[in-house]
Amino acid sequence: MTVSRRRFLRTWGALIVSVHAGSLCDRLAIAQGPFDTHPSHIDPTKLDSWIAVSGDGTVTAFTGKCDFGQGMLTAQTQLVAEELCVAIERVKLIQSDTAISPDEGTTSGSQSTPTNFNSRNLAQAAATAREALLQMAAQKLGLPLEQLTVVDGVVHSPDGRTIRYEQLIAGERFAIPVSPTAKRRSPEEWTVLGKAIPSLERVALMTGAFEFVHTLRVPGMLHGRVVRPPAMGAKLVGLDENSLQDIPGIIKLVTRENFVGIVAETQWQAIQAARQLKVKWKAGSALPAQRTFFATLRQLPSRDRLIVDSEDVELAMTRASSRLEATYSYPYQMHGSLGTSCAVAHVANGQATVWSATQSAYPTRSIVASLLGLPLEKVRVVYVRGSGCYGLNGADAVSFDAALLSHAVGRPVRVQLSRQDEMAWENFGSPCVIDQRAGIDSSGNILAWECENWTASRGGRPGYDQPGNVITGMLLGFKSENVQPGAAEKPAGALRNRDNAVPSYMAGCVQGSCTGLGGIRSERVMSHMVASPFFTGPLRSPIRLQNTFAHECFMDELAAQAQADPVDFRLRHLRHERMADAVRAAARAAAWESRPSPRGRVSLRGQITGRGIACVGYEGDNGYAALVAEVLVDLEAGRISPLKFFLALDCGPISNPDGLRNQSEGGILQGMSRTLVEEVTWNQMRITSTDWETYSSLHLDIEVPAIEIQLINRLGVPATGAGETAITLVAASIGNALFDATGARLREVPFTAERLRAGLAQRSH
Amino acid sequence: MTKLSLNVNGNWHALDVDPATPLLFVLADELGLRGPKFGCGMAQCGSCTVIIDGKIVRSCVMPVGAVGRDQVLTLEGLGRPDNPHPIQQAFIDENATQCGFCLSGVVLTAKAVLDAKPEASEQEMREALGGVLCRCFAHVRIMRAIMKYARTRKP
Repeated sequence: MTVSRRRFLRTWGALIVSVHAGSLCDRLAIAQGPFDTHPSHIDPTKLDSWIAVSGDGTVTAFTGKCDFGQGMLTAQTQLVAEELCVAIERVKLIQSDTAISPDEGTTSGSQSTPTNFNSRNLAQAAATAREALLQMAAQKLGLPLEQLTVVDGVVHSPDGRTIRYEQLIAGERFAIPVSPTAKRRSPEEWTVLGKAIPSLERVALMTGAFEFVHTLRVPGMLHGRVVRPPAMGAKLVGLDENSLQDIPGIIKLVTRENFVGIVAETQWQAIQAARQLKVKWKAGSALPAQRTFFATLRQLPSRDRLIVDSEDVELAMTRASSRLEATYSYPYQMHGSLGTSCAVAHVANGQATVWSATQSAYPTRSIVASLLGLPLEKVRVVYVRGSGCYGLNGADAVSFDAALLSHAVGRPVRVQLSRQDEMAWENFGSPCVIDQRAGIDSSGNILAWECENWTASRGGRPGYDQPGNVITGMLLGFKSENVQPGAAEKPAGALRNRDNAVPSYMAGCVQGSCTGLGGIRSERVMSHMVASPFFTGPLRSPIRLQNTFAHECFMDELAAQAQADPVDFRLRHLRHERMADAVRAAARAAAWESRPSPRGRVSLRGQITGRGIACVGYEGDNGYAALVAEVLVDLEAGRISPLKFFLALDCGPISNPDGLRNQSEGGILQGMSRTLVEEVTWNQMRITSTDWETYSSLHLDIEVPAIEIQLINRLGVPATGAGETAITLVAASIGNALFDATGARLREVPFTAERLRAGLAQRSH
Repeated sequence: MTKLSLNVNGNWHALDVDPATPLLFVLADELGLRGPKFGCGMAQCGSCTVIIDGKIVRSCVMPVGAVGRDQVLTLEGLGRPDNPHPIQQAFIDENATQCGFCLSGVVLTAKAVLDAKPEASEQEMREALGGVLCRCFAHVRIMRAIMKYARTRKP
């Protein structure tokens, strides 16, 4: 089938862009994909897969990344406008629609900026398009390309002639590959990128006009709810359909293996039915006790990884004049999206459309196809924004739920989870236990450092073929990806520090190549992964936050042992200039007073303040940041109140400083909530933190600390991610400030009043 | 099912619904409104907030049959994209959001507080927002926008 560009823009452009405008259903009828591409194969090597210029000069760009509130839509729209030299108002960016956008996998891990900004994909496509348009103009005007300039999509010649992009290309495809050598606009030339452009969707958001997947209404749509088992491992024995007799509007009760769902005419009917349905379950297996869980973690069979090992740590320890050991622990925490997860699916006549807030449109499409037994090309997943997710919340699971229920009734079905189902069954952020051990010489230098961490994992992102990694798939009988115990091998290849298992102060030497950020050469880092009793998955700064909490607090303990100032002590052990610059910038902004911690005599009552610092090279090399926290501690009330944060952040050339500040402010406060109050709880059988009473989160009534951000706009390097950098530092900076104020060292998150009192009591002995 | 009339954002709607249905589902599903949203169904988070007779109401726990003749005001009833209410404009000016799911709770609660007490202090405003969650933690900008509106607001 040949689809002309003009036709493409008339159909797809109009329909897809105006998600707000009208019916989103039945688009599969024209889901042939643009530019003759197979719907499942939007070829990323073709320029036409990324960029189209329409007859009115509008630029439509396609990205496989998506925005869930982190500002990606605005920043990448700026990127396209910049590289194409058009005003930002002329660019429409289409996110993650498997029928028309290239597959860029998952939007996660602060990878959208590196993926699309550096040397590939969207940025390179836009640069290729600009060069191609300029070449066409040069030919038309009979002038060498170098003499031409472009301003807002209009090519100007030195003799005053002009020609518009749409006169050059409209109605045609570029029909060329993305050029890896197309010249990118340099940050010095930027006119759109680098500017503090406020989020493009803010007016719609503030006035209630914005379309979330939660507000999507498809004609003929029914409402579904799921009935989850009471506990992990529970098996469906049977259900009593008669228990729903007095509820009108029930369309269908759907069961498959252990999956139970209800489809009804209205949302209220579906909710009542889900509550009232009598279901008999065979009990699952008992859960490990929460009280002793961190000890349990260490004893389970594990898959081990040795990340660095200089093989001389024990020897170096014998030369140390003092040695220090400490153990840190970090609980399961939740994404806890404000809106429970929601999706709409329409499965009929052998094809399926799923409107989903997933971070992984293409992988979700593969799973839906396999769950429904449909050919891949008959399934389309359209990203529609949901409530902020911060990682793998319930968006994937509920997309599968909606697909199953719609498949059972042949009509569009909207499913939104109950608050309890969201919180009991999401893929939690992993718990961690981290042992630290180091030796210091008589002049206060760290001679050797060793750390060993245990973390628990079960399932995770479903990817293209692992539905069992989230609850819905497990209920259907699919296995979740579980830990395969195995011994560690010797570190080989390059240093892999994606989890920040290696502290910034280690040299990070693997087979003679040292790419860590620090100078400590007697180093050993071992990590153990064990099977989790609950689903886990990426939660904002997964494992990196947990490891960094332990490393940066322990670094503070070492500084105190050496009676050194925490900033000086860090700088003494760092070798990486960008990392050290960030530390210096944060300290400078905070007017850091150089002295050892704690600040003075141990107080027993009243209120006292302190300051602490932490730093990280996120994922080892994906952005550098340092954070100073100033906290007020109320000793009698056992309350910790952060007063001020000073962040210094270097993520390479900054595409949107306001968006970056917004992300960092949110990351810091979310980190504060997770440090002070958030913790998943369970009893013998099930998760017990299943609403906002039982799972604590800071609300909007907190005294908001002042946040001062120093952006280090470094132009001559590749752009890095920034979405998870600030939050990675919060627990450590608060822990260190608390120590500075009180001399109490808290090594377990969250820093509850009870733990603070215990820490204070321990200190005064 | 019961026939009833509901005044939403100044317009009367004739409905035939189960009067026990939470107001939220009537607004979202029958009337197609996008402002109030389901967050918890237990009045714990504020996502479903509307204003009725000047008072903050969690529409997820308010049966539609109990609304009566009073006007229900939702986020979209406050102002339109081409003509936002001044408090919405303050949020727009401060770019005070991330995902935006919390905005019905945040904006309508702040407006109701200031309508009742124009001189409300920041502390009073915080207390009023104690039942509202923003899990993106856009607190810095949210408080800035609210206090900006409070200062410029005409009595």
